[in-house]
Amino acid sequence: MAKPPVEMSVILKTEQLRVEFTSREFRQTTKVALSSLDLEVSAGEIFGFLGPNGAGKTTTINVLLGFVTPKSGAAYLFGIDVRQPIARQRIGYLPEMTYYYKFLTAEELLRFYARIFGLARAEANKRIDRLLKLVDLEPARRRPLKTYSKGMQQRVGLAQALINDPDLLILDEPTSGLDPLGRMKVREIIQRVKNEGKTVFFSSHELGEVETVCDRVVIINAGELKAEGRVADLVQKYQTSSLEQVFLKVVGYETSSARTPAAARTPNA
Amino acid sequence: MNKIFAISNVVLLEMYRRKDFYVLFIVTALITAVMGSVTFFKDAEIVRYLKAICLFLIWASSLFIAIGATARQIPAERESRTLFPLMAKPVSRSQILLGKFLGCWLACGVALVIFYAFFGCVAAAREHQWPLANYFQALALHWAMLGIVVAMTLLGSLVLTAVSSNITITFIAAVAILLVGRYLHKVALSMTEPSAAIITGLYYVIPHLELFDVRDLIVHNWPLIPWGIWVIALAYAAAYTALLLLLSWLAFRRKVLQ
Repeated sequence: MAKPPVEMSVILKTEQLRVEFTSREFRQTTKVALSSLDLEVSAGEIFGFLGPNGAGKTTTINVLLGFVTPKSGAAYLFGIDVRQPIARQRIGYLPEMTYYYKFLTAEELLRFYARIFGLARAEANKRIDRLLKLVDLEPARRRPLKTYSKGMQQRVGLAQALINDPDLLILDEPTSGLDPLGRMKVREIIQRVKNEGKTVFFSSHELGEVETVCDRVVIINAGELKAEGRVADLVQKYQTSSLEQVFLKVVGYETSSARTPAAARTPNA
Repeated sequence: MNKIFAISNVVLLEMYRRKDFYVLFIVTALITAVMGSVTFFKDAEIVRYLKAICLFLIWASSLFIAIGATARQIPAERESRTLFPLMAKPVSRSQILLGKFLGCWLACGVALVIFYAFFGCVAAAREHQWPLANYFQALALHWAMLGIVVAMTLLGSLVLTAVSSNITITFIAAVAILLVGRYLHKVALSMTEPSAAIITGLYYVIPHLELFDVRDLIVHNWPLIPWGIWVIALAYAAAYTALLLLLSWLAFRRKVLQ
């Protein structure tokens, strides 16, 4: 039997991941989206994946989910190469926006995904009932998704991400565009998933939220890993007072107060 | 296999909840019903014209349904991004393709059964007979031909960027094959090289959709096609459909999706 490429406690791993996109124009240009990215996520942790727009966060998730094939390097989920569909058997994925079939009802959508995961009908029914209660959509279960508000659609998204009782939950900006109540609900569910010993891969711009829920974070910029560690350790290492300031320092952004000489900031100097 | 059926079930549900099919059916039914109610010059032979027109409408509608529904499957899912939560599940790209193909093809089958049943009722009202075996042969061959068209459109949706260009090109290709497919090698005889070689090659490469057009069988109440020939025709359709699906998979398997 072949030796698995990662240790059993590491459930998500990328090795020297490199992704390039070539334009289809006459003068072909190549953009490097990810360059030698190494990531490791252990079982049971909430892992924050941070970076400015265009840093390569979504590309990394796209590689993990098999949407994009890397130019070189490899990625594994539970020790299985992500190019094999079976690698996605134990994961749940919540995209940034609500991308679901609008002509289906919440119940039909969940039943469809349950069938994709090969769940037996009785088990699927049980999980659909439980999840619709969890996300407070029980009364609207037979309404088409096109009639749902954005918050309701995001909650359906959470329910579909949990339909297979995943060991790893990949969340791409899960609270984007939600009101405070919706955010609270999502946060509660993430905490609940963590309490059940599951792993969460959490990509977000909401640094305050990441600070609250994540055990460990990685900051990437221009496709490269720039910082990695526990939030408290990073704050100490970069001699700042918050994750936001660490983030700004790591991505090379200087605040106007930092850029301006002290003399210029003093009135009547 | 369960995953393929689950995907095809969603395709069927979408077709059922959209209005396209209903519009085409109502238009076909209305035209046929109006024509069926008129007796031109009290000529009994007019029934044949009525049947020919009705079958022409059914063929045109079925091509619209097959091409229109299939062409938007993968591009629309990419545009609305519903493809991504699906692909994040343990499902391979070949299963997605087969699910889409099966869903569209089954939808065409359901539409054909409804169209042919309606046609049978109109024809029976005028002729007082119902040649079920003829209808069965014609419907099965028609459905097999639509399998090739659906697979062809699926391939087009992966190669061509815009849905509209795929619909236009596939529709023109299907109609051109139906109209001139059988004469291509004869046309080649009157041409010089290398055009003659290209046209002859084309004659042997294209799926001959016109072979499945047995409308005359019903219009003129001809005897049945020998069942052996009928089975060979179905096998021919299956082979071309499989080949086109294989090409679609080759185009889809490494496609960057984002």
